[in-house]
Amino acid sequence: MAPSRNRRPGFSRRAQYGLFLGYVIAIAGAIVAAVLLALATLNPPAFAALRASIAEITTPISSGIAGIGRGITSIPTTIAEHFYTVDKNAELRRELKDVQALLLRARTLSRDNRRLTALLQIRERIAVPVVAARLVSSSASSTRRTATLNAGSWQGVKEGQPVRGPDGLIGRILETGPNTARVLLITDADSRVPVRRTRDGLVALANGRGDGLLQISAGTLSNVSLAPGDVFVTSGNGGIYTPGIPVARVIERGQDSALARSFARPDTLDFALVQEIFLPPPPPAPVPTPSPTTTPKPKPATDE
Amino acid sequence: MKRPPPQPRRGPFDPAPAGKLSRALPALTVMLGSLVTIWPFIATVPVLPPLGLLMLLGWRLMRSDNFHIWAALPLGLFDDLLSGQPLGSAMLLWTLCFFAIDLIEQRLVFRDFWQDWLIASGAIAFCLIVGRLFATPIVAHVDTVLLMQAVISIMLFPVVARLCAWLDGKRESA
Repeated sequence: MAPSRNRRPGFSRRAQYGLFLGYVIAIAGAIVAAVLLALATLNPPAFAALRASIAEITTPISSGIAGIGRGITSIPTTIAEHFYTVDKNAELRRELKDVQALLLRARTLSRDNRRLTALLQIRERIAVPVVAARLVSSSASSTRRTATLNAGSWQGVKEGQPVRGPDGLIGRILETGPNTARVLLITDADSRVPVRRTRDGLVALANGRGDGLLQISAGTLSNVSLAPGDVFVTSGNGGIYTPGIPVARVIERGQDSALARSFARPDTLDFALVQEIFLPPPPPAPVPTPSPTTTPKPKPATDE
Repeated sequence: MKRPPPQPRRGPFDPAPAGKLSRALPALTVMLGSLVTIWPFIATVPVLPPLGLLMLLGWRLMRSDNFHIWAALPLGLFDDLLSGQPLGSAMLLWTLCFFAIDLIEQRLVFRDFWQDWLIASGAIAFCLIVGRLFATPIVAHVDTVLLMQAVISIMLFPVVARLCAWLDGKRESA
């Protein structure tokens, strides 16, 4: 049905005013929306409480659907496993034999390592896991890369804590609700993780690109060549991430900067482990000193 | 656009006034479209079309009296809370789309579906591109994926419009 050219809905004054008021509300609302947008851009966690309250409702639904999905997809896997058990057994025996030698060597190294560490009197900080939970949903239609975690402040999750999966680093906590939390994935364009190369300890920064890959850029040294296969783990700089969590493997040759793919596969909906912040910021001094900026507090390398 | 309030007495052949549920159906389906992001799937690239926006455009372009002009504000707020975009982005962009469609409707009174599709394509591309500028820094490498997302969304619009028409038919017959 074609609308009439005349916007006036009739002779009723009430209807005319109602229509006019609708336009007034819409324009005023658009201005309010622009202001909210500016606030949200300048101060990203500003409306975390609103988002968290919606997430409190949607997360149980997501995790329920995910549970049903896992149940259904496990049926063919179970059947396939039943038929391939014999082959798998032989393969595993072979692998076990190969690994024996490596294991012996690793034991020696581990003993040496323990001895040397004791010699150096390094105070070992152990990454204390806060909670293990699943990532249940994500911002699939947005250019931001965030995911919702099925645990929140009631489980001890706090802002800034690193989140890792079984394969590697997933991201860190952005906002928390009572039972849910939003995780900024390391592939988000705003994410920066201080890393080092396992081969020689080269310090670098792993920046998210937004398209599922990471950009590894070498820190201070120039003319560093990055080869495909170079493995980068967290360096512990900045004090958020525990050192030694696998982050990414370089996939393209590059000078100073190269493309890399993250180890963690958050899309498998596997468990994610929330860890304590590696070096929590020192508690504020009880007596305000005249110049509090002189304390050499490690500046977090990741912003926001 | 709001119709004049109904006459106090209904004639024997006048249609029954629409129930609450059928009046709220467009808004409810738009919210369902926004809720698709809670599907348990962790995306590494923006793959999901903005289904809330598609439903909104489908209903709005089919009939102008499905929504008040301000309806894009609360629906956009709901979408913002779920999509992960900064709050206010869909509120602002969807309302601007409504204004643009309202203006176009004054000029193009009798529209074909192709023209609806063209208008919807413009609105989808506008919302996705400006939303990307709001949400992610300009140096992020999301533009190729964003283009794919826009193309997929535009190709999906006829399906969504068809769904809206089907729901509208159900609503009328109910």
